[in-house]
Amino acid sequence: MQLLFEEVGHAFDGLRVLEGISLSVAAGETLAILGPSGCGKSTLLAIAGGLLRPARGRVRLAGTPPAGCLNPLTYVFQDFALLPWRTVAGNVALALEATLDRRARRERVAEVLRRTGLSDFAAAYPRQLSGGMKQRVGIARALAVRPAVLLMDEPLSALDAQTRELLLEEFLTLWREARTTTLYVTHNLDEALRIADRICVLSRRPGRIRGLLEVPLPVAERTAPENAARIGELRAELWRMIAEEVRAADRELASAREPVDG
Amino acid sequence: MAEPAHRADEPVREVPFRGGGFAPRRLRHLAPPFFLLLLLLWEGASRAGLVSPLALPPPSSILTALSDLAASGDLRRHLEASLYRLVAGWILGTSAGLLLGLLIGISSLGRTLGIPLVAALFPIPKIAMLPLFILWFGIGEPSKLATIALGAFFPTVINAYAGIDNVPRSLVRMGQSFGLSHRAIVFEILLPGALPGILAGARISSSIALVLLVAAEMIGAQYGIGALVLQAGNLMRTDQLMAGVVVLSLLGLTISALIGLAERRLLAWR
Repeated sequence: MQLLFEEVGHAFDGLRVLEGISLSVAAGETLAILGPSGCGKSTLLAIAGGLLRPARGRVRLAGTPPAGCLNPLTYVFQDFALLPWRTVAGNVALALEATLDRRARRERVAEVLRRTGLSDFAAAYPRQLSGGMKQRVGIARALAVRPAVLLMDEPLSALDAQTRELLLEEFLTLWREARTTTLYVTHNLDEALRIADRICVLSRRPGRIRGLLEVPLPVAERTAPENAARIGELRAELWRMIAEEVRAADRELASAREPVDG
Repeated sequence: MAEPAHRADEPVREVPFRGGGFAPRRLRHLAPPFFLLLLLLWEGASRAGLVSPLALPPPSSILTALSDLAASGDLRRHLEASLYRLVAGWILGTSAGLLLGLLIGISSLGRTLGIPLVAALFPIPKIAMLPLFILWFGIGEPSKLATIALGAFFPTVINAYAGIDNVPRSLVRMGQSFGLSHRAIVFEILLPGALPGILAGARISSSIALVLLVAAEMIGAQYGIGALVLQAGNLMRTDQLMAGVVVLSLLGLTISALIGLAERRLLAWR
């Protein structure tokens, strides 16, 4: 499905965090939202998922959801948001309980656990898992509802660099299979360059669209040595767009940051 | 061993050790003999005439008094009366407390009206209400149950809503983002998340209930461990008095063990 932002703006207690965001995420596209801390990236994602009512503008969803879709707009969270009292299988099943019967549920849970390499951990509790495994559960839970649009809120930033690399590879494999429309919020340039078809750069608060950059290389070829120079150029271009914003945001007082919980 | 080497003309000394300590270990096998030693000292002091057996009867006479009470069936009568009051009063107060605690945790109106009410009434020593409850309900069981229930009510309310407040809001947002119903968010996210707090509240409310049980039984009861202790004191039967105290302490330990068991079973995920 296609996700359309139309002149979306937002403010928390008079503090403007987003302004005039008009953006279209095409069906099957992965769009990365890149911006300095506090620029309203997560706010934009919360608005997209219907968790926050925008002060201005609207978000619309066009097209028909995929077969078996139970929850068109589905999140993957930075802090994983797993229920610690449920097992891996229980966490994945959570969103299926209202709609699928026990048998269908079990089949679907088993299927996504297999795809995410979690089958052996079905009975484990979150506290027994590493950060990387927890986020795999987050991904499995999101895939289980067959989403039309995946909303990913810095899904890798709580992980160490090596685990991040590992999960990035796995995401990309899963993506190639599912081709789910994806909005991927990150502050990591390299992550955006690895995963996105297009990168939307936001300015510092109030977040406005600073630029849109297409990554004209197939995802599978981006790590190839012969493309290193091309990727390097794109990275430099991205950094040119964002460096000034990051510098200015860094000098702002921390107390003026947007509330974390919308 | 090729790596370590230093210039011959430089001073060399070993790095001094500065860590260690401040990490008390439990020497498990030492506690029971220590306990036994204390009991023997007590027994010895009593037999040697250092302590009057009337002021503090030796463990052996307490044990004898306890077995006499058990043999005559008195212990059973007292214990049954106490257990009934404790369990019924605690369940009454805890259920009502859970209900209000959840209301405060979930609804804005409940919170706005509930928290000041709880804050205002919580500091009242609940035993002070017993005379009023006796006027309302008579000297029989209901006034005692009401006192115990009132004592169990407040810690339950506070721990239940604090438990709900402690559930990370990100989990609620997660539930909403996956399209969970209101009901499912309460029963699958908020309540299980509040359970550690609720069980911590049960520890507090049960110990308060035990204190109030004894106090209420001392004010007006024929049977009950509190009544036994009071009557034994009036008759200068300190051995029976101490037997009652031992029973109360065992009761407290049992309750604590039961809650510990519930915690291990229900909170195994922690």
